[in-house]
Amino acid sequence: MLSRVANSLYWMARYLERAENVARILDVNLQLSLDFRSLDPVEVQNHWLPILDCTGDQDAFRAQHKHITAAAVTEFMVFDQQNPNSIVSSICQARENARTVRDQISVESWEQLNRLYLFAIAPAARHMWASSPSDFFNEVKSTSLLLIGLSETTHIHNEGWLFSQFGRFIERADKTSRILDVRTHTLPARGLPKTVNQTAALEWSAVLRSASAWDAFKTLYGADVHPRNVAGLLLFNEDFPRSIRVCVEQLNATLRRISGVAEGRYSNDAEKLAGRLTAELRFGTVEEVFAVGLHEYLDQLQAKLNTIGDAVFSIYISHAFNDSETAFVQQEEKQQQARIF
Amino acid sequence: MDKAKPFPLLADYATAGFFDEMFGRDGNVCPHYHKLRDAFTYLDHDEFQTRRRSVDLAFLRQGVTFNVYGDSRGAERVFPFDLVPRIIPASEWEVLERGLTQRITALNLFLHDIYHEQRILKDGTIPGHYVLSGKHFRREFVNFSVPKNIYIHVCGTDLIRDDKGNYLVLEDNGRCPSGVSYVLENRRAMKRTFRGMFENIGVRPVDHYPQELLKMLQFIAPAGIPDPTVVLLTPGAYNSAYFEHTYLARQMGIEIVEGRDLQVTDDRVYMRTTKGLKPVHVIYRRIDDDFLDPTVFRRDSMLGVPGLVRAYRAGNVSLANSIGTGIADDKVMYYFVPRIIKYYLDQEPILPNVPTYLANEEADLAYILDHLDQLVVKAANESGGYGMLMGPQASKAEIEEFRQKIIATPRNYIAQPLIRLSQHPTFVDDRFEGRHIDLRPFILSGEKTVIVPGGLTRVALRKGSFVVNSSQGGGSKDTWVLYGDS
Repeated sequence: MLSRVANSLYWMARYLERAENVARILDVNLQLSLDFRSLDPVEVQNHWLPILDCTGDQDAFRAQHKHITAAAVTEFMVFDQQNPNSIVSSICQARENARTVRDQISVESWEQLNRLYLFAIAPAARHMWASSPSDFFNEVKSTSLLLIGLSETTHIHNEGWLFSQFGRFIERADKTSRILDVRTHTLPARGLPKTVNQTAALEWSAVLRSASAWDAFKTLYGADVHPRNVAGLLLFNEDFPRSIRVCVEQLNATLRRISGVAEGRYSNDAEKLAGRLTAELRFGTVEEVFAVGLHEYLDQLQAKLNTIGDAVFSIYISHAFNDSETAFVQQEEKQQQARIF
Repeated sequence: MDKAKPFPLLADYATAGFFDEMFGRDGNVCPHYHKLRDAFTYLDHDEFQTRRRSVDLAFLRQGVTFNVYGDSRGAERVFPFDLVPRIIPASEWEVLERGLTQRITALNLFLHDIYHEQRILKDGTIPGHYVLSGKHFRREFVNFSVPKNIYIHVCGTDLIRDDKGNYLVLEDNGRCPSGVSYVLENRRAMKRTFRGMFENIGVRPVDHYPQELLKMLQFIAPAGIPDPTVVLLTPGAYNSAYFEHTYLARQMGIEIVEGRDLQVTDDRVYMRTTKGLKPVHVIYRRIDDDFLDPTVFRRDSMLGVPGLVRAYRAGNVSLANSIGTGIADDKVMYYFVPRIIKYYLDQEPILPNVPTYLANEEADLAYILDHLDQLVVKAANESGGYGMLMGPQASKAEIEEFRQKIIATPRNYIAQPLIRLSQHPTFVDDRFEGRHIDLRPFILSGEKTVIVPGGLTRVALRKGSFVVNSSQGGGSKDTWVLYGDS
């Protein structure tokens, strides 16, 4: 498998997963803000600020917008093409990566991803968004899920596919951790909150919904929402597919399928780091997490995921990249032979 | 309910004095179009429009598009596709096939000769300076032998028909001709849209092209490699033909690589994979000579592979097409092709050229300068409809501009009379109108010469226009070669 191709498949899946997660987060929180109907700018800001942090783009947002309002945040996170992590940008990048490796993905997948892209950049997307944001988010979410299904059922599960799986799982782990982080500012710096009032319960259930975990939560813990259990489910649950533990187990297993090295051993830094993080999540406890503080714990977790991503890049990919992209693109366009036709 | 009137789409159809592919010279539908006419009898414009829209949408969704240059957002367009197929009867195709085979055979012999003994130059059949001054003559490759002596492996020869219906060769594209993916995609679209018609009409298939291409590429592999690794080298995703590159790679089941994916070590070519370096034996390159290897050609090329030419010279990697074929695309060489055929094959050309004047010849130059308002002037090394003067339609200023250019560098120009291209019924607005067309068959030279029946029919969608290039408002049609003559 060409390194460049592996890299493109990785980013294709990663950006698609990102678009889906951002769609879920915004969908849930827009609905939640309807419940509060607060016009107090400080409360509005407190509601939206942590959501901006989900994609880590607060600085870019502040450079463009003076006030944090629902309209400004959603515009920035949905349509703003200056923001590389907006839903539309993510879809464009997923599709651009797919386009460069079209021969590697099935016709079915390509057509669906291309359809999503054509939808996202057309005026129709804005019309749909204006009349019903939920319909818009559903379109993004359901196409992403359809593409996951197509990747499962129509692709050869070869090395390239494993790189796309790796991209998907590392993004999913990262996004679940950021979703879980959205309401940590309401918790004490260390330890568990003593009481959970109705507003807090609503907010924590929004966290669950943002991770499609509400039904799973009710099954496991009933309708009484406590941050302890929310963290327990999203961090450590061994059966819920969006829990960080399951995502990390999957990405660890994916790395081992790529190299053929068994669990318990490692042949490179990525496997060593992924194996260690898997063990931490398998044997960690919620009490330990809250003892260091949930926010602090999640920060460290995200840093570890980044280190794994960097290690994979340097082992499998980076030796293929050493030229200046801009000059390269200009030359491709200038190349005469393309005009013969 | 009243029975609908037949042929609503052909109401008021005019051949306007041109040779019409469907309505011969007597104004009646030619026999090889009878079945198509019958199938279209009760098709009205709403129905036709609906089918056309669904095809356009399918192309857009599948990304059957070309990139538009100068648009940094990477805008993509669907190459306009006309649903009225162009039909060629078996007996006519048989002549075209023989003519094209004759031409490619002679061109490959010519290239071998000018890169070796140069007999044709030494005995004066072609004045040597024309070849040696050619922009695309690669003197570095004189006395270099290419695998199996094949230079042009893939050729896209443009054919036109004049107002009497004679087929003429307009140009040979012996470097990296594009368009074959549209031949295959257009056929798929037609099969989806008019499924029933194919069963009745007897159209020869085209979809084996990728297999034939792969077979040819494997044939030219360096000797002693039992299972050669073939790759397609693309300039990248921003190239206008990128769709075609991925399409062909996928159909052949080979890797599509960019220059940065390849490296040369000890005169051998490798690709950079997640499992380290993997050897490459044959490169179907869709990059011009100039960009192939920055250590030999353009030093600023970032698309190519440093050291590739050394590996090629060492015989460790084969290229299709070979380096140096661009000289055969030189429009001055085109002038000499009938002589080339006679010289190497001792045959008369089956497919004639368009009459051509060389600005570099004194008598021709005088004629050209006196008749600029009647002639088509072409730059010797441009393509895609660029660098061209359409005398009869040009302004005085344009004509003067070309006059100065021709006088300054006569070697760079040829002139031809304006050929009144044949026309074909084409769906415009709400009915069929005549639009001018050409034909680009794709010729593969490997163990034998293979031409997939038909080729890309390009159509000038602007009324009255003779320019079919995609960059100048052209579209395409499916091309049907029949098993029989009707």
